[in-house]
Amino acid sequence: MQRIEETSRLNAGEEKLRNLLMRGLAGEEAAYRGFLQELSAHLRAFLRKRLARLPDEVEDLVQESLLAVHNQRHTYDPGQPLTAWIHAIAKYKLVDLLRRREKRELLTDPLEDEFSLVSAADTEAADARRDLGKLLAQLPDRQRLPIVHVKLEGLSVAEAAKRTGLSESAVKVGVHRGLKALAAIIRGDV
Amino acid sequence: MRTDDLVAMLATGAGAVQPNQAARRYASAVVWGFLGAALLMAMLLGPRPDLASAVLLPMFWVKLAFAACLAAASLFAALRLSRPGVRLAWVPGALAAPVLAMWLLAAFVLARADPAQRAVLFFGDTWDVCPFLIAMLSVPAFVAAMWAMKGLAPTRLRLAGAAAGLLAGAQGALVYCLHCPEMGPPFIAFWYLLGMLIPAAVGALLGPRLLRW
Repeated sequence: MQRIEETSRLNAGEEKLRNLLMRGLAGEEAAYRGFLQELSAHLRAFLRKRLARLPDEVEDLVQESLLAVHNQRHTYDPGQPLTAWIHAIAKYKLVDLLRRREKRELLTDPLEDEFSLVSAADTEAADARRDLGKLLAQLPDRQRLPIVHVKLEGLSVAEAAKRTGLSESAVKVGVHRGLKALAAIIRGDV
Repeated sequence: MRTDDLVAMLATGAGAVQPNQAARRYASAVVWGFLGAALLMAMLLGPRPDLASAVLLPMFWVKLAFAACLAAASLFAALRLSRPGVRLAWVPGALAAPVLAMWLLAAFVLARADPAQRAVLFFGDTWDVCPFLIAMLSVPAFVAAMWAMKGLAPTRLRLAGAAAGLLAGAQGALVYCLHCPEMGPPFIAFWYLLGMLIPAAVGALLGPRLLRW
């Protein structure tokens, strides 16, 4: 019974979320922001359940999944259930995280980690441990500056192009590649 | 970093997204893959000299259809594996069907053949080069298919790499049909398939490393 209620609640939520995403993909920024906001709450619940043993990692992974959803938003097929798409992305990032930790734990003392797991439990962790400034500092200028001007300062692409001396398409490419590069830095590829 | 700040950053200036990007990427990958294979074939191998009369034989078209069916089925597999949360559904069946059909035809031909002729039917004249030439012709298509997939979001990387490799292999085999003189179903059923499976295996091997995101 509880399960049925949960499913219908999910369906209503999915319809709303899907609507926001579709409008966002069509270029409505406010709708897209609403989509990402609702999505982060949804992802937090989804990942908290699956990372019960690693509560400290939840918010980091929520952010990593949000970045992945954004970077891969062109792979959403409008005919596809949105939950399936989002959960597949979140699970992919979850498995990736666990694999990374496994590799790291082979190199570090497992006992130490075991104790640090108990620290922060179920508090609303809206802060992740990563620092955006430090992440951005690792990007080359042609990616960092477009992100700073367009995504953080909210300048238009034309203004950012004027400010940086890059062409408008170089600014767009810089933002796009820069966000993908951020994801690569976070997962430790670079 | 606060999650709300990240959301604000991602949303700011996000702009519209072009629809159907997966289909577009694979369309150009398939075109470039075929062009590359055709160019390699023309430069290194050349079409079979009796091509004009070979196109009148049903077996020529059976061979072509075998490779084309596998190319189409692996294209669907690659498309589905490039998107998070999409199931393969009927695709494994579509991949198995042409192989099973070819094996049935091969078994039928072998069973009816004179026992002394069976080895000739199986090995033909070119068994030792056929799989490698198919793999060689599929290199441009392999690069193109990996590029297409890399720009999307596969979540099962090994399987996705294998599908991209098989797509390339089937394209290579399709072009190789224009050069290859072999017409025996047992030959096609084994050596052609082996040639297509080489890039598929390479794709499965490289997938987890190349396709991560």
